[in-house]
Amino acid sequence: MHKVLIVGEHDGKTLNPATAKCVTCAGGIPDVEITIVILGADTAAVAGQAAAVAGVKSVLRVDRPENQHPLAAIFAPQLAALAADYTHIFGPSTSFGKDLMPRVAALLGVPQVSDLMAVEGAYLFKRPTYAGNAIVTVQADPARKLIATVRVASFESAKAGGNAAVESKSLSVALPSHTRYVGAKSGSTDRPDLQTAKRVVSGGRALGSAENFKLLFSLADKIGAAVGASRAAVDAGYAANEMQVGQTGKIISPDIYIAIGISGAIQHLTGIKDARTIVAINKDGEAPIFEVADVGLVGDLFQIVPELERLVSG
Amino acid sequence: MQKIIVCIKRVVDYNVRIRVKPDGSGVMLDGVKMSVNPFDEIALEEALRIKERGTNIEVVAVSIGVADTQQQLRTALAMGADRAILVQTDLPVEPLTAAQTFLAVANKENPDLIFLGKQAIDDDANQTGQMLAAIWQRPQATYASKVEISGGKASVTREVDAGLETIEVDLPAVVTVDLRLNEPRYVKLPDIMKAKKKPLEVTSLEALGVSTAVLLKTVKTEPPAQRQKGVMVKDVAELVGVLKKKGLI
Ligand SMILES: Cc1cc2nc3c(=O)[nH]c(=O)nc-3n(C[C@H](O)[C@H](O)[C@H](O)COP(=O)(O)OP(=O)(O)OC[C@H]3O[C@@H](n4cnc5c(N)ncnc54)[C@H](O)[C@@H]3O)c2cc1C
Ligand SMILES: Nc1ncnc2c1ncn2[C@@H]1O[C@H](COP(=O)(O)O)[C@@H](O)[C@H]1O
Repeated sequence: MHKVLIVGEHDGKTLNPATAKCVTCAGGIPDVEITIVILGADTAAVAGQAAAVAGVKSVLRVDRPENQHPLAAIFAPQLAALAADYTHIFGPSTSFGKDLMPRVAALLGVPQVSDLMAVEGAYLFKRPTYAGNAIVTVQADPARKLIATVRVASFESAKAGGNAAVESKSLSVALPSHTRYVGAKSGSTDRPDLQTAKRVVSGGRALGSAENFKLLFSLADKIGAAVGASRAAVDAGYAANEMQVGQTGKIISPDIYIAIGISGAIQHLTGIKDARTIVAINKDGEAPIFEVADVGLVGDLFQIVPELERLVSG
Repeated sequence: MQKIIVCIKRVVDYNVRIRVKPDGSGVMLDGVKMSVNPFDEIALEEALRIKERGTNIEVVAVSIGVADTQQQLRTALAMGADRAILVQTDLPVEPLTAAQTFLAVANKENPDLIFLGKQAIDDDANQTGQMLAAIWQRPQATYASKVEISGGKASVTREVDAGLETIEVDLPAVVTVDLRLNEPRYVKLPDIMKAKKKPLEVTSLEALGVSTAVLLKTVKTEPPAQRQKGVMVKDVAELVGVLKKKGLI
């Protein structure tokens, strides 16, 4: 029997959809029992949401004032203390999971497999390397605990309809005081979240200014899309950092991705290879983005985007 | 603040088109251009800026890799590192092994800060800094886009999925850097000449007492599934038609 502990991600109120994707990934392991652990200051509501994910056997709540903000230095020793009962510990490959899970692995003295994209066996997984240009199959040692992050774009969300038992745990683990949360600045909007949106409109260096990016926001609002950006657009200050899509930004899998004035560098394509349909708009017919686009249109975005907005609203 | 260590990994240059070997045993590396991992250049640049603002701060570049990794360490010395340490090995080094190696170096050098890249662009693991911080029992500040040092503390702004987050950590600490922290300087020819005279120590995993056990086996390497080239449309009306037909808008 394999026992997988999944570290639930949340903002204090809502369980992040990445967690239900980790459940699907873990469900691919043969003979498996899945537990979700929620660390926080008051996790009643979020634990309830976790218990409703189908396929989950039990949910652990670890409530503690120090768990108010998800600091890796605070969470990791608590997860290491819980590890004894499990064969695998999974977290999402979001900024939360990527920061936290290696710290847990190292405390336990075991390696981590990052970005699981396919489960081939309880200790056999596929993961991307070289910006997704080489997919490796990794065999981990069954004699050791396995820590992994799950590439959430590779898995569908587990359905709702579960009814797992919720248990409160109190852990007597000494926590360090060397790391303190100061604050956060988020560019949160009413637009759909980039990582879970079904539709994404994304802009590159060609937009030329933050002002011009409003063209994309306007189009996105018409079709209910999230807005993304290339690294070049973010570096130039046209778009916020959390909008970056790619190897070092967000890896996404929307139904439709509309790339506008983006050349299609390998590092960018890594982030969208799981998009169901890619649409490319670029004035250069030779741009590499057209090699991967399902639908391509050559032309000037400053003419195309307003016209597109008109026609989709009509 | 007296000493900063920067971890410098030798990787395939980011402009190289990666090809998988037909027998699935790995990627083709013969004759391929090798460079400093781009994130590690940013890490070094940040260390150098802190050095230039302070007095008597030593910057030490450390790498684990094959003998030719001396090239990347010479680049680091030319950028402005004071000295370099190469932990020479022909074995592939997993993040946990790299972290254990850097811990052994840290225990000898007692740095105030260790800078690493947030990820190496070959294995894309994004683990080593976090693992090092764990076993060094020190704070970690990952994905840094701003670092301010004062009074034995670092205030670090981090790039996270929701935007930007700021944390404060006591020194010594581990910081892993993101792309927007700074723009690394170019190396000038006289600096390359000067770098040849700077000290570069070569040691080994054995000498540092680090286990070389391989814990994760790569059993196969394959190219990713290729996307098919799609259709080109002539105008916006046709584009909208195609998307409507597919039920996408
Ligand atoms: C370590 C590393 C990590 C990286 N990670 C990422 C990442 O996560 N995400 C990412 O995106 N990049 C990443 N990059 C950068 C990547 O290599 C490219 O530099 C970047 O993606 C280019 O952005 P772009 O396509 O917007 O700009 P460009 O390459 O400059 O392309 C602009 C495009 O706009 C077109 N254009 C210009 N004017 C118009 C117009 N009026 N109408 C229509 N089209 C027009 C041009 O033909 C061109 O194709 C990374 C690089 C490195 C080294
Ligand atoms: N063999 C190595 N030599 C030097 N630095 C390394 C090595 N492996 C990892 N690092 C450092 O750790 C960072 C993250 O690497 P990784 O965890 O492999 O993605 C890199 O950007 C380097 O700063």
